[in-house]
Amino acid sequence: MPHIQFPEGLPGIVGPFAFRPETAKPMRALAEILLRGPSTLSPGERELIATCVSTQNDCYFCQTSHGAAAAHHFGGNEQLVSDVKQNFETAAISNKLKALLAIAVKVQQSGKKVLPADIERARHEGASDIEIHDTVLIAAAFCMYNRYVDGLATWAPQDPALYRQMGAQMAEQGYIREEARPRAAGAAARNE
Amino acid sequence: MPHIKLAEDLPGIRGAMAFRPETALPLNELVEVLLRGPSTLTPGERELIATYVSSQNDCFYCQTIHGAIAAHHLGGNEQLVLDTKRDYKTAAVSNKLKALLAIAGKVQKGGKNVLSDDIERARREGATDIEIHDTVLIAAAFCMYNRYVDGLATWAPTDPEFYRARGAKVAKEGYLQVSRELMSAKAGSAR
Repeated sequence: MPHIQFPEGLPGIVGPFAFRPETAKPMRALAEILLRGPSTLSPGERELIATCVSTQNDCYFCQTSHGAAAAHHFGGNEQLVSDVKQNFETAAISNKLKALLAIAVKVQQSGKKVLPADIERARHEGASDIEIHDTVLIAAAFCMYNRYVDGLATWAPQDPALYRQMGAQMAEQGYIREEARPRAAGAAARNE
Repeated sequence: MPHIKLAEDLPGIRGAMAFRPETALPLNELVEVLLRGPSTLTPGERELIATYVSSQNDCFYCQTIHGAIAAHHLGGNEQLVLDTKRDYKTAAVSNKLKALLAIAGKVQKGGKNVLSDDIERARREGATDIEIHDTVLIAAAFCMYNRYVDGLATWAPTDPEFYRARGAKVAKEGYLQVSRELMSAKAGSAR
């Protein structure tokens, strides 16, 4: 059961987003720029970074929904997503993405873990400064989203079909949208 | 030295934000709502939560600048900020804020560490659902800002006077002004 009362039936981060639309707005905008904005990294690659970090943070809702979004971007290749989660160094992805994922999982532990050697490896594989920047920020941002989702004990559905549907919607329509039943729950909580 | 090429005159998160103003805008909008927006928690209390989480993450720039902003909101009481960082349980803050800081400290380690008992304790001390929500999100957000600042190995000044002056300015003008400054700096220099 969630630690505070959200509108019922809203999965994962959607519950707290509906509870507090004021903070949802910049959080959605950030995800949209980082995962779907103009970039030399494909949306699928960026969703893989988000999925990998969410897996390291053991956040079921985020790793499953973003994993589904990544799979959708990769033509439904769920095996690739599961390979990356298990061991990205041996997965069928580019060496550049492997080097960026190595940075991302260090950021997940702590920013200070990222060493010049990690950056050099990424540069050696062709990563640009902005790709390195975005990788660090995607990893950092999912350390926020994951803690938000789990710190409030939000509800995570178990049905894989539901995540496939969610992932397709995230991949195709993106992250900017109106909140479900805006303000209703937040207003109720405020009047307690 | 920063891992990527950042403007040399901008310390901490500001160098990273100037490098990528597109992401700086929602980052500043989020912190503005959380730390300065309408709330039953004072800006000083919220800055203390941000400072405490940043100190737990060992992020020198964030804990020092937000500590300075907190101190400014709290009438210049730098000792209270230090006490809160060192051991908030014995600091001169309300029992409600202590209960919220306990939740924030657990979020810093991982969201799953927050247990029903922590929430019950905060409620018993008078915390509302929205105060609990905001505490969790402030703590989560600073796990992002701290990693952003340290993951890029940004530059942090060591002079306490720098933080006092900057802290007073941000406490007065807010975080959206930080984005405006970056936008005008960017407009003034061909990047």
